[in-house]
Amino acid sequence: MAPRAPKADMSTRTLISPARLARPRGRLVYWTCFALVVVLFTLAFLGPLYWMASSGLKTTQEAVQTPPTWVPGSLHPENYGRAWEVMDLAKLLFNTAYYAFGALAFQLVLDVAAAYSLSRLRPVLGKAILGMMLATLMIPATVLVVPQYLTVLDVPIVERNLLNSPWAIWLPSVTNAFSIFLLKRFFDSIPKELLDAAAMDGAGPVRTLWSIVLPVSRPILGVVSIFAVVGVWKDFLWPMLTLPDPGAQTLNVGIYSLATSVPENVLIAALTIASLPTLLLFLLFQRTIMGGLTAGGLKG
Amino acid sequence: MSAPALAKEPAVGAARPPHAVEPGPRPGGFRRELRRNLTAHGFLIGAVLCFSFFSWYPMVREFLLAFQKTEDGRTTWVGLDNLVKIVNDPAFGQAWLNTLWFTLLALVLGFAVPFVLALVINEFRHGQGYLRLLVYLPVMLPPVASVLLFRYLYDPGYGLFNEVLGVFGVPAQPWLQDPDTAMLSVVVAATWMNMGGATLIYLAALQDIPGELYEAAELDGAGLLRKVWHVTIPQTRLVLSLMLLMQVIATMQVFTEPFLLTGGAGPEGSTTTVVYLIYQYAFNFNDYGAAAALGLLLLVLLAGFSAAYTRLSRDQDADA
Repeated sequence: MAPRAPKADMSTRTLISPARLARPRGRLVYWTCFALVVVLFTLAFLGPLYWMASSGLKTTQEAVQTPPTWVPGSLHPENYGRAWEVMDLAKLLFNTAYYAFGALAFQLVLDVAAAYSLSRLRPVLGKAILGMMLATLMIPATVLVVPQYLTVLDVPIVERNLLNSPWAIWLPSVTNAFSIFLLKRFFDSIPKELLDAAAMDGAGPVRTLWSIVLPVSRPILGVVSIFAVVGVWKDFLWPMLTLPDPGAQTLNVGIYSLATSVPENVLIAALTIASLPTLLLFLLFQRTIMGGLTAGGLKG
Repeated sequence: MSAPALAKEPAVGAARPPHAVEPGPRPGGFRRELRRNLTAHGFLIGAVLCFSFFSWYPMVREFLLAFQKTEDGRTTWVGLDNLVKIVNDPAFGQAWLNTLWFTLLALVLGFAVPFVLALVINEFRHGQGYLRLLVYLPVMLPPVASVLLFRYLYDPGYGLFNEVLGVFGVPAQPWLQDPDTAMLSVVVAATWMNMGGATLIYLAALQDIPGELYEAAELDGAGLLRKVWHVTIPQTRLVLSLMLLMQVIATMQVFTEPFLLTGGAGPEGSTTTVVYLIYQYAFNFNDYGAAAALGLLLLVLLAGFSAAYTRLSRDQDADA
């Protein structure tokens, strides 16, 4: 958990030598390349998003017209309203948020507690338990989907069927060995003196966790939280299998299942609406998200 | 949330043989240690239960299922029957070839493109924040939005891609509707959707390269490509190999993109992947045994990559 690498600034030396860039010809080449790259990147990454937002404004006819129009001939914002109604996006958005933030709550409580125990309380067999948790990272996730699905249909011992229940998302989301690993590694790095001082003052483990460990762990908690929410938000196969009921579906699954029954322009408008929450989240928490990618190891 | 977890605490303590607890040095150390362990396991129990039900038990079950058959509610051992059955399925060979083809294409595009993008972004003294933001933007989209958007862009009639190609005089392509181009189209979409993470990870690795190395290479008269080959790549080798392994592991399990883009099988089965085949066995034909057997094959194949990844990332941790 090294601190974030400093951002490249003027003094950072890269492939091309600063001396060459300083020459008039170098500067010309630099700015030409820069302009070209900015334009290309914008076209490649914002272009499709523009296409999505603008096609959502076209009439059904114009949306499926050959050749396509670059700019909508007439604007029909009411497509967005129709998409919202027809696909019941409010319901889908609510469901997805409910699953995502519920999963976040479960992960924050259970995984943080587990990581704290493994890092600081070190119970007997703790190492073995951690090892078994990390071993799950070696198993390809898609291979486990079938037995996990069968487990959800009939959870052993408690004999419950979790199909169409939020628990089918929440409980399996806790088995995020990578989060536990990240949290444990961060807790390991907290100076011992800090915790010893708390123990001297008579603080028990719960109190130490709450008032000492958690406050200093805010960066890693932010990373783990965002990836927990985004993970559920982006998941497709698992919610498709475990939440088949239309009233319980997530955004991804709900839109997919209605995709062929609505006109193209309405579908595209729905896609635009569906994209907004995570894009907004990204713009708000850019630093945490992009920093977490590298600070938290290698999980793309 | 810790209340139910703590309530379970005595059960765990009781299940453990008392001799497992090492006596402490002070008088009363045993009870102290016991208490400490009970508390510690109390903190652990919630996660352990979740892992037991939704991770460890399914792992065991995957192995059992692969050698079992369930008919009319009766489960019997069938040995290697499931394995024989899936190997003899005509879709078996095609699914593996398609998956390998996807992995190969995804490596060419998804491994090389992010590295080049990172190299380019890293050279600029301006606008890095904007470029990084752009590259990562697609990663944040819900897959259904990006995939259905690509399906719209790929449409041979009203799609944007053929329109753009037309501007350059390239004839219209059938994209997803032709067995020859379907998989490539899936890979292009998947790369666009997923390469942001890799690019940012490479970028961070590039920024850790000491500038003196480039200076030294220049003194030896190295040009741009030689500097990349002799400085940049060796300096980022560990990250590159980790990403390579991770990408193989991820792309061999591809499901969502072809499933949403072509319905899974694609024209003439050209986008049927191994995981899609598993999905079909399990959820279209209710043949969990066959699904588990195929899953086991995939697991065995990827185990080597996973082990290599684990070793390498340990090295990386040691370096850090």
